[in-house]
Amino acid sequence: MDQRKCECGHTNPIGTLLCESCGKPLDIEIEEQTAFPDMRYEGMARRSQTYTKKVIDRVWNWFSSVKIAIGIIIVILIGSAVGTIFPQQQYIPVPVPTEADVARFYTETYGKLGTIYYELGFHNLYSSWWFVTLLVMLGTSLVICSLDRVIPLYKALKKPRLNQHKSFLKGQKLFAEGPMPEGAKQDELLANAAQVLRKKGYRIFSTDRALMAEKGRFSRWGPYTNHIGLILFLIGVLMRSIPGFFMDEYVWVREGQTVAIPDTPYYVKNVSYHTEYWSESEMPEKLDLKGGVIPKSFQTDAILYLNKNADLPGAKPDLIEVKSGPIVVNHPMEHESLYLYQSGVQEMQLGALNFNLIDQKNGNKELGLIKVDLYDPPKEQDLGNGIKVRTLDYFPDFIMGADGKPATQTNLPKNPMVALEIIADNGKISEKMVYLQGSVITQKTDPQFGLVIRKPDLIDITGLNVRKDKAVPLIYFGSFIFMIGVAMGFFWQHRRIWVQFQEDDVMLAGHTNKNWFGLRREVDGLIEQTKLPLTVEEKSKA
Amino acid sequence: MNKSNRTYIRVAVLGLLLVALVFALYSSFVKDPNAVKVGKAAPNFSLQQLNGPDMALSDLKGKGVVLNFWGTWCEPCKKELPALQQQYDQFKDKGLVVVGVNIGESTVAVEPFVKQFGVNFPILLDSQSQITKLYRIGPIPTTFFISPDGDVEEIFIGQLNEAMIAQKVSKILP
Repeated sequence: MDQRKCECGHTNPIGTLLCESCGKPLDIEIEEQTAFPDMRYEGMARRSQTYTKKVIDRVWNWFSSVKIAIGIIIVILIGSAVGTIFPQQQYIPVPVPTEADVARFYTETYGKLGTIYYELGFHNLYSSWWFVTLLVMLGTSLVICSLDRVIPLYKALKKPRLNQHKSFLKGQKLFAEGPMPEGAKQDELLANAAQVLRKKGYRIFSTDRALMAEKGRFSRWGPYTNHIGLILFLIGVLMRSIPGFFMDEYVWVREGQTVAIPDTPYYVKNVSYHTEYWSESEMPEKLDLKGGVIPKSFQTDAILYLNKNADLPGAKPDLIEVKSGPIVVNHPMEHESLYLYQSGVQEMQLGALNFNLIDQKNGNKELGLIKVDLYDPPKEQDLGNGIKVRTLDYFPDFIMGADGKPATQTNLPKNPMVALEIIADNGKISEKMVYLQGSVITQKTDPQFGLVIRKPDLIDITGLNVRKDKAVPLIYFGSFIFMIGVAMGFFWQHRRIWVQFQEDDVMLAGHTNKNWFGLRREVDGLIEQTKLPLTVEEKSKA
Repeated sequence: MNKSNRTYIRVAVLGLLLVALVFALYSSFVKDPNAVKVGKAAPNFSLQQLNGPDMALSDLKGKGVVLNFWGTWCEPCKKELPALQQQYDQFKDKGLVVVGVNIGESTVAVEPFVKQFGVNFPILLDSQSQITKLYRIGPIPTTFFISPDGDVEEIFIGQLNEAMIAQKVSKILP
């Protein structure tokens, strides 16, 4: 006899566990009740088990296996863990300009294991081709596993089977069987049961001699809903690689400076920066801060410009203001999909040196103020009265070079040295002097001009994180769908109760995908209220 | 659903997932699509010249260009400058331009330095480091050898000597 043909006459696809028509278990003898098939997919054949002839079907079947899916997840977990043993390339603490330097770093720092780590590509694990492939395979498995199970499940649940085979009912974890009570009528009993169950929120499907009550069917869609959420999430992550979808840059902007934002046509100006502190009167209790302060807010007043001349990088920008306002921590400046976050500050940095030029041979008479902007020192300043000041040389971060000549360590004014020339009397008088580390050295032993050091200009440099992430709405939406799916599957249960008359017996069976205790209570309530002479047996496994 | 329909749907679903895989792999291999690469056109830019008008890279089409990113604080850059100057003197009549891009320093700092080393090839001031970022400059000196039609022939990170420059320049002369 064709194995797929049930005794009720229905032909089932290969792989079917419970007959699609009458619910009788196929292929196996139900002698031992514990061998009753799993109810997880209603005993339907997974679609992948149906045909396996073509290559495409074999690929499909491979991805359809939950064992394979778990395997992929385990490999991803192990891979991710291994990626944390040694630092990823981007976190190497020393400069490694070339690929050879990267390789050398791993070998020299971690020895043989480091070499292997590098050779296998673990130093760039999370963007390596094989890790990305695994993630896409996981996505594929998610899609195919879901499709393969949700469609048969949907078909099975869409047409509730009323006249189940006796062995189907017997195979359920909750089952009771007993003779018809004396003088009772089938239709009355069924109507009574239907009423009781309806009150409990069940949907009733019935014929003249059978009844099925069902509630919470939608909770069966929970896992598939959360898979959809996960897939949307993965698509969102993948979308970040599309040019223009994602950027994460950092710019330092001095007060008064306008800076280009890399890879965008935008410029940002730092109008002013200030940190606000809590005053003592605002504090709920007296704190001993030992002279310290607690910051209240970090704020940059900024202007965002669009450069109309962005086609040629470096060319003089043609700026149009598009937005202005404060940027405070957690309250970024927004323009289209660009976000500017307050995320760093260097306060009280040297911006400019100030000097008073004095005439030492004339009672230290003040001749004027000299300002040396340390980011762009002026070549020449005119102080009036025929006095000019030239900047001869400038080392922003002074160090004495190996050749005995002054040099600079960086291009930032951390330790500025400035050489100035004072020219007076139409060039007849020329005196040179050098400012370094808070003192002025003059060339002549008995100079006419002197410099009085005044308070330097101190500026704040704000650190702005510029981000663009167009995939965020999709990632949030995916996460939201995921949560809905989890809630559906967690907080509701799919409960079914069958009441059936076969010959002179009444049979009752119940099934739920979780919370058997809740179902048991409802079944007990049903028996009590309909006064059916049944004792429910609860099996340990079904 | 019949058999051929099912195969059709499976091919479509797997095809779609394959496209996703190809895209994911492509973006894992090409991490920075805007990076300057050998064989690709050098991105055009314009910068202010030290003691001169603005200069655009496109102005130098038809000449071999040695684009050298440097700073006065960088020792190997200092050691390399005379070699660059020497090669510039030797090949400038044969269509070579050496362009030094100074990274984020002021005129007052750069000018005496350039004078001290006797450099007379064009020096561009990248005061906001915009071009430095555009060319993804990490450690300096970094030197780009650009052919007369504007393509990057070679990128070299580190200090060059005369022989190395001569050998590389021979490939980009018009």
